[in-house]
Amino acid sequence: MANYSTNEFKPGLRVMVDNEPCIMIDIEFVKPGKGQAFSRVKLRSIRTQRVWERTFKSGESLESADIVERDMEYLYSDAEFWYFMATDGSFEQLGASSEAVGETIKWLKEQVVYEVTLYNDAVVSVTPPNFVELEVVETDPGLKGDTAQGGSKPATLSTGAVVRVPLFIVEGEKLKIDTRSGEYVSRA
Amino acid sequence: MSTWSPSASRDALMARQQMYRSIREFFYTRSVLEVETPLLSQAPVADPNITPMQAGQRWLHTSPEYAMKRLLCAGYGDIYQICKVFREGEAGKRHNPEFSMLEWYRVGWTHQQLMEEVAQLLQMLLAERFSTLPTLHLSYAQALQSYAQLDVHHCGDQVIARHGQALANADLDLDRDGWLDVIMSHQVEPALPHNTLIFIDQFPASQAALAKLANNEQGVLIAQRFEVFFNGMELANGYQELTDAQQQLQRFKHELQGTQRSHDALLIAALEHGLPDCAGVALGLDRVLLHLLDAQSITQVLSFEWQRA
Repeated sequence: MANYSTNEFKPGLRVMVDNEPCIMIDIEFVKPGKGQAFSRVKLRSIRTQRVWERTFKSGESLESADIVERDMEYLYSDAEFWYFMATDGSFEQLGASSEAVGETIKWLKEQVVYEVTLYNDAVVSVTPPNFVELEVVETDPGLKGDTAQGGSKPATLSTGAVVRVPLFIVEGEKLKIDTRSGEYVSRA
Repeated sequence: MSTWSPSASRDALMARQQMYRSIREFFYTRSVLEVETPLLSQAPVADPNITPMQAGQRWLHTSPEYAMKRLLCAGYGDIYQICKVFREGEAGKRHNPEFSMLEWYRVGWTHQQLMEEVAQLLQMLLAERFSTLPTLHLSYAQALQSYAQLDVHHCGDQVIARHGQALANADLDLDRDGWLDVIMSHQVEPALPHNTLIFIDQFPASQAALAKLANNEQGVLIAQRFEVFFNGMELANGYQELTDAQQQLQRFKHELQGTQRSHDALLIAALEHGLPDCAGVALGLDRVLLHLLDAQSITQVLSFEWQRA
């Protein structure tokens, strides 16, 4: 396994920190003129998605982490695992635990392509596309003429996610949702 | 990524030209002599935290300090120099391994007098963006008390280390001064008031470098050394210069312990001849320009930053 020294640190580098696979987000070189040199590194843990900061002494090195991102299409779930298929033509299938799927479960839809992160060939996280199109399965009937006031109401989507939507939205409609904010964008 | 094009705009280069002109005018009217000293010398810097670069059998200087002090020993009086200096591995948003330094010495001055002159020069150089620039003087102990709640001269190594570990989120195998560097750079520097020239002096005696030691009003042995900070960044480092050749030799030997480097015998010989009482300071010019132009990175004020050099 390769090792990276502090002078090789850069955003996007995949490394093991305290036995946790992490991706470097940002690096700041810090050095008081007459003092010790440090690298302050912002890291994202692959398993938990937690972003944290850690300082390294210049010259320290870290082991690389076998982290791979793959585009994979969501297939189905057997309640224990959520299955994805590679879109690179290999048709390879992988199961993700509920822990790995995490919050993305709200945006999972068959045939949509997700970014699946693997650590040592196991799925550790699933990132949705920025926008998904989902059907409204339940919402109160809209009140005509209220659109100008920009009111909103809750709507339950086919995945179980609940989002705020404009009053004119009715059951059965397909909506475009921004997965980063969890907000309604438009009718699909 | 390598590219042929410059990293600084033409306007940034014009601002540098104007800045150099102002500096030269400033010192000309004050009868301070502009000098040039060799970039390549036979002996490397002794500072344990600064790594020099080697070129053939010689060393690129990391500051013009040793040679300029030899001019002072020869009785050449007040001198200044604008030059490139070289420090291995120092690259980042506010560092470039090759950077421009202004260093000057005032014979017969105290470092307190020199701090005033540094403030005057910086106020002039930054006037276009900061029409008024107040100064704030703090001792190292006051700075750590105010911004890290540490009584630095009276708390043990353990307390300092634990405080530093919490900031670094790691145990970095550092000595007391190393952890103090973490505290200064991670907590104190970012918390210092903005748009104010901050002078921090009375450094711990263990961080004296080439400064004289003295007892402060509380009877604590401190280094007569100051640093200037501006908007979260270190700009300058100055000393009441150590004139004692024997003490200097001891510090060199201590600093170079366990390294392959040898000390600068020519500087020691000059100090034995006699260095007049003086104060000196080194100022990072690229960072001054960065603040003047409100640049986000030092690369924006360098014609070709390190990756394009």
